[in-house]
Amino acid sequence: MRTSLSKFGQAIKLPGLSFALAFTLTGFIIAFSDAKVLSKIGSPLEFIKSAGATAGNAYLALFQGSIFDINLTKGHNFFQGFYPLSETIVIATPLILTGLSVALAFKSGLFNIGAQGQFIFGAIGASYVGFHFQLPIVIHVIAAALAGMALAAIWGGAVGLLKAKTGAHEVILTIMMNYIAGYFILWILKTSQFLRPGRIDPIAPEVNQSARLPLLAGANLRIHAGIFIALVAALFVWWLLTKTTIGYKFRAVGANGQAAKTAGISVPFVLTATMAICGALAGLGGAVQVLGSEHALNADIAGSFGFDAITVALLGRAQPLGTVFAALLFGALHAGGRTMQSNTGVPLDIVLVTQALIVLFIAAPTFVRFIFKLKKISSSAGLTSKGWNG
Amino acid sequence: MSEIRSSVEKRRFRGVIVIASLSVLSFMYFGFIRPGKGDTTYGFVLNNEWVLIKEWIIASAAGAKIFSGISLIASVSAILAFRKGREIIIPVGFASFGILMSFITWAASGKFIPLTGLLQGALLLAVPLIFGSMSGLICERSGVINIAIEGQLLASAFVSGVVASLTHQALWGLIAAPIAGAAISFLLATFAIKFSVDQVILGFVLNVLVIGLTDFLYKKLLVPYQSTWNTAPTFGTIELPILSKIPILGPIFFSQTIVVYLMFAIVAAITFALFKTKWGLRTRAIGEHPTAADTVGIDVNKLRFKNVIIAGLIAGVGGAYYTVASVGAFGKEMTAGAGFIALAALIFGKWSPIGAVLAALLFGFADNLQSTLTIIGVSIPSEFMLMVPYIATIIAVTGLVGRVRAPAADGIPYLRGGSH
Repeated sequence: MRTSLSKFGQAIKLPGLSFALAFTLTGFIIAFSDAKVLSKIGSPLEFIKSAGATAGNAYLALFQGSIFDINLTKGHNFFQGFYPLSETIVIATPLILTGLSVALAFKSGLFNIGAQGQFIFGAIGASYVGFHFQLPIVIHVIAAALAGMALAAIWGGAVGLLKAKTGAHEVILTIMMNYIAGYFILWILKTSQFLRPGRIDPIAPEVNQSARLPLLAGANLRIHAGIFIALVAALFVWWLLTKTTIGYKFRAVGANGQAAKTAGISVPFVLTATMAICGALAGLGGAVQVLGSEHALNADIAGSFGFDAITVALLGRAQPLGTVFAALLFGALHAGGRTMQSNTGVPLDIVLVTQALIVLFIAAPTFVRFIFKLKKISSSAGLTSKGWNG
Repeated sequence: MSEIRSSVEKRRFRGVIVIASLSVLSFMYFGFIRPGKGDTTYGFVLNNEWVLIKEWIIASAAGAKIFSGISLIASVSAILAFRKGREIIIPVGFASFGILMSFITWAASGKFIPLTGLLQGALLLAVPLIFGSMSGLICERSGVINIAIEGQLLASAFVSGVVASLTHQALWGLIAAPIAGAAISFLLATFAIKFSVDQVILGFVLNVLVIGLTDFLYKKLLVPYQSTWNTAPTFGTIELPILSKIPILGPIFFSQTIVVYLMFAIVAAITFALFKTKWGLRTRAIGEHPTAADTVGIDVNKLRFKNVIIAGLIAGVGGAYYTVASVGAFGKEMTAGAGFIALAALIFGKWSPIGAVLAALLFGFADNLQSTLTIIGVSIPSEFMLMVPYIATIIAVTGLVGRVRAPAADGIPYLRGGSH
C-alpha cells in the first residue's frame, strides 16, 4: 500500500509542480495587467492585497464557471447549478477524442499535429450523412459517425503512408494538411451540396433529429451522450495498446523502429495503421461535436480542438486515462474562462497561457527539477527529439 | 529505362514527366475550352508615379494557346536536356511560367490585370515570410528546429506596435521588435539546448503561449486604451534614387519602406555569411555533424544558442513589418499563420537562403493572385489557390519532384559524450 502510494506520489509530483508553477505565473500576469492593481503601486501592502484579490477573484470565477455555480440555482432546481460542469464535459468530450488521437500516435513514435485537419474531415462526413439522409434513429447516428471516421481515417492514414513510402516527416505533413483541411471546409461550405438553403454565410443544414446524440440531463443542460463515446474510445485505445498484437507492434515501432523492423514487424503497415486509427479518433471527435452539440457544420467547427489535443496528450503523458483527465481539466479551464471573462473582465485568452505553461513545464522535467531543486523526478512521456530526418 | 540509374536521376526524371504532363494538360484545357468573352488586358506601370503607361491586350483564347504552346516547347526541350544529361532548371522554369500565364490569360478574359500591382503585392505579402524563413533557416542550419516562427513574428508585431504607439516613433517600434523576437528565441534556446526539450513540442507550446499572451493583452490593454497603446505611426516609403526609375522593376523593388530594404540587406548578408565566412562554416557544421564540430573545438551548444538568438532578432524585424511598416495598429493574431508558411518556404526552398526567398515570393504571388482574381471578379475557388504553399511543401517533402533533406542534426539536442 505504501509503495503504491509513493508511486502515485511520484506520478503526480511533476504534473502537480508544473500546475503550481503555471497557475502562479498566470496569477501574476492577471494581477499585473490590471489597472486597479497597478494604481496602488505606491503602497506595497495595498498593492499585494489588491493583486491577491484580483487573481483570487479570477480563479474563483474560473471555478464557478467550470464546476458549480450557486447563483444559477436561484429560481431553478439545484441541478441547474451544475450547468458549468455540464459545459466542462461538453468541451472535454471532443478534446478526449482528439487527445487520444495524438496520444496513440506518440505511442508509435509519431507526432500527430494533424488532429485539427482530421477533426474537420470527421465533422464534414458526419454532417453530410446527418442532414442528407433519412435513416432510423440509432442507425443514423452510427452511420454519420462512421462516415466521419472513415473520411478522417483516410486523411490521417495518408500521412502514415506518405511517411512510410517517402520518408517525409509527419510533423511537416500534418502541419501542411491542417491548413489544406482548413481551406477545404471553407470551400465545401460554399458548395450547393453543403450551403444551407436561404443562407449566404458558411453554414450547413442542421443534421436531422434522428442523427443527434441524446441529451443526458434535460433540455437545460447541453451535456450529451458523446462523453460515453469518448470514454469507450479511451477504453478502446487502452485495450488496443495493452491487449492486442497490433498494439504491441505499435509500441514496438514507437520504442525502436529499427529493432521492430529486424524483428519482422512491417513498419510501413504500422505507420499507416496508426495514423489511420488516429485519424478515425480525431474524426470521431469532429463527428461528436457535430452530432452532439453543434448540430450544423460551420467554418469554425474545429475551434482549437485539434491543437489543444496536443497539450492534452502531453499533459496526459500519452496514457488513455491520463488523456481523459487532462481533457477534463482543459475543458474546465475553457468553460471557466468564459465565466471569468464575463464576471471579472479577465480575458478568456489567459487560459491559453496557463495551458502552454503547464505543458512547457511538463515537457521540461529538468527545468522543474532545476526550479524546485529536486534530485530526481519521474520523467515525461518519454518523448525524445528525433529531428526532421528521424 | 536502363539509362536511369540513381534515385536522384529517377526523381529528376519524374519532375520532367510531371512538368510535361502539366503542360499538355494546360494546352488541352486552357487552349481548347473556350474562355469567357473578350480580351485580357495586362497593365504595366513603368515608373513610380503609378500612372498607367502601357497596356498589353491579348485575345484571351489565342493568348492562352500561345502561352501553353510555350510551355509545351519548353517541356520538350526539358526532356531533351534531361536525355543529354544537361541542367533542366531553365526549360522547367519557362514551362511553369507558360502554364501560369496561360491560366491567368484564360481565367481573366474580359478583365484587367494590374500586373505591376500584382507583383508588388506579392513582394509585400512575401516580406514577413522571408524574414520568418530566414529565422527558421539560421536555427535549423544550426540544428535547432524552429516551428515557433509564428510566435516570434506575432510577439514582435505586438511589441513594435505598442512601443511605437507609446513613443509616437515608428523607429522605436522597429528597434523594440527584434528584442521581442529574441526573447522568444531565448525561451526556445534555453529549453531546447539547456533542458533538451523536444523542439517540435517546444515550438508548438511557444506559439500557444504567444497567441494567448498577445490576445490577453490585446483585450486587456490595446482595445480599452487604444489611443495610447495601439496607434502606431508607420514608416513612409523611400524611393531609391535612379533605381526606382527602372521600368516595371523600379516601382516593385525600389519604392518601399525601410523594412523591405532591411530585408534585401539581411538576405544578402545571410547568403554571404552562411557560405563564405568562418561563422557560416561552423554553423553548417553544428547542424550537420555536431560531434565532428566539437572535436575540432567548436562549442556546439554555445554557437547554437547564439544563432537561435540571431534568428529571433531577424524574425523580429519581420514582425515589425506588420505594424510600423504597414497598418500601424496591432490586430488580434494578425500574423494569421504566416510563420507556418515561412516554415513551408524554408522547406520548399531546401533549407537554402535563395531557395527560401524564391519559395516565399512564389507563395506571396499565389496569395496575391487569388485575391487579385477575386477582386476583379474572376470566379475561381480561391481556397484552392490559398492551399498552394502547403501542397507545394507536401510535394517537396514527399520527393514527388526533386527531394529535400533537412540538416542532418536538425532537432537533435547535442549532449557531449551522449548517445546521439
